[in-house]
Amino acid sequence: MREIHVDQIRDAVAELCIKANCLLPEDFFKVLRSSAENEPSPVGRDVLCQLVENAEIAAADMSPICQDTGLAVVFAEVGQDVHIVGGAFEEAVDAGVAKGYTDGYLRKSSVAEPLFERKNTRDNTPAVLHTRLVPGDRLRIKLAPKGAGSENKGALAMLVPADGLEGVKRFVVETVRHAGSSPCPPMVVGVGIGGNMEKACLCAKWACARDINSRNPDPRYAALEEELLELVNKIGTGPQGLGGRTTAFKVNVEFCATHIASLPVAVNINCNAARHAEVEL
Amino acid sequence: MSEPIRLTTPLTKDKVKQLKIGDRVLITGTIYAARDAAHKLMVEALDRGEPLPIDIRDQIIYYVGPAPAKPGRPIGSAGPTTAGRMDAYTPRLLDLGLTGMIAKGNRSKAVLDSMQKNTAVYFAATGGAGALLAQRIKSYDVIAYADLGPEALAAMRVEDFPATVVADCHGGDLYKEGIKAYARD
Ligand code: SF4
Repeated sequence: MREIHVDQIRDAVAELCIKANCLLPEDFFKVLRSSAENEPSPVGRDVLCQLVENAEIAAADMSPICQDTGLAVVFAEVGQDVHIVGGAFEEAVDAGVAKGYTDGYLRKSSVAEPLFERKNTRDNTPAVLHTRLVPGDRLRIKLAPKGAGSENKGALAMLVPADGLEGVKRFVVETVRHAGSSPCPPMVVGVGIGGNMEKACLCAKWACARDINSRNPDPRYAALEEELLELVNKIGTGPQGLGGRTTAFKVNVEFCATHIASLPVAVNINCNAARHAEVEL
Repeated sequence: MSEPIRLTTPLTKDKVKQLKIGDRVLITGTIYAARDAAHKLMVEALDRGEPLPIDIRDQIIYYVGPAPAKPGRPIGSAGPTTAGRMDAYTPRLLDLGLTGMIAKGNRSKAVLDSMQKNTAVYFAATGGAGALLAQRIKSYDVIAYADLGPEALAAMRVEDFPATVVADCHGGDLYKEGIKAYARD
């Protein structure tokens, strides 16, 4: 048994909130720069150059890349040999979100209840927390803040096996087309195939938060990622929806086992501010 | 790429007429920040027969809900929010002489028609470039609806604020035409 105190968890989450919102991963910088060189639309190129400059300013200044610092989506992998002491794990995560969003001058965009009052919780809590129990004595936390412009354009289709590969491709392309300029393209598209309703959505979200240079380890799905990227970049949406070839930087696909009679497909769209950061305790 | 056009406020209708979709501009002068809640309150004031808190003739409204300012700064990250949510209120303000809007995303037909009728222009600022755009905002002063926090109506002094003309007063809409130009089968 390895003990981890909740204060450590709180502080780690707070740091991740600030890091994820202000520092674009180095690999992502490279992708931004190379697409600024390759985009044929002059308006599109201008947008991409602004995004490069923006990320540089945000990093130098430790100010948020985008003012919509989103809901704090947290993926936690808790080793089964970890003993969390000093309080409740979920409360520690929320305390970390509150601390990070306050200390980091990040915008608080969470309302406590969706329909009647929609009152801002004022500290961006609660986190959207996904916890998995895994072997080992480590605690891994990944934080992926997500704004509404992109999150609102996600979609789920409960396809059937007869819809097949073509049905999946069609749904992904139509979802991206329909998203238009809302997710501040160029975007990162996360696709979850298989599972059931909620599992497909979780896979899509996980796919969205993958590193920009990652590929699906299964060569068939890696090839599908490339084909889907080519297809969505034919739509013409382009940077900010103003026309161009770079509608998406990347399409990531994750799959999982499913029912003999199901073919769920979920698409989760991440914006150009495809932010995430992680830590291991 | 051609050089950006330098615009200073107030944005008169004569200036608006020169602009066409795809033009890049750098805006200098005073612009106003307002989004959903401030728009609602402005239109409600008009419904009651009251004047607006500002004279919006020949002015530009930026749809923005900034991140909190760090100490010593006028404003935190301040990129555009989606324009569509303001569409219901916009024609009323255009009828009163508003000439420019900065935001992101396409507008309704009612707004585009009203822009043609009233000679107004819609600019897009880059969504996701909030840190860069905040650097071009030199002051931020709340004018009305202070209790709305980051959604209050505020005056901002901007210098070389970068934007692109995405809908002009001649009926051009870059969200439609730009995509058409780059779509492939
Ligand atoms: S979609 Fe992303 S980049 Fe655009 S405003 Fe929202 S969080 Fe920012």
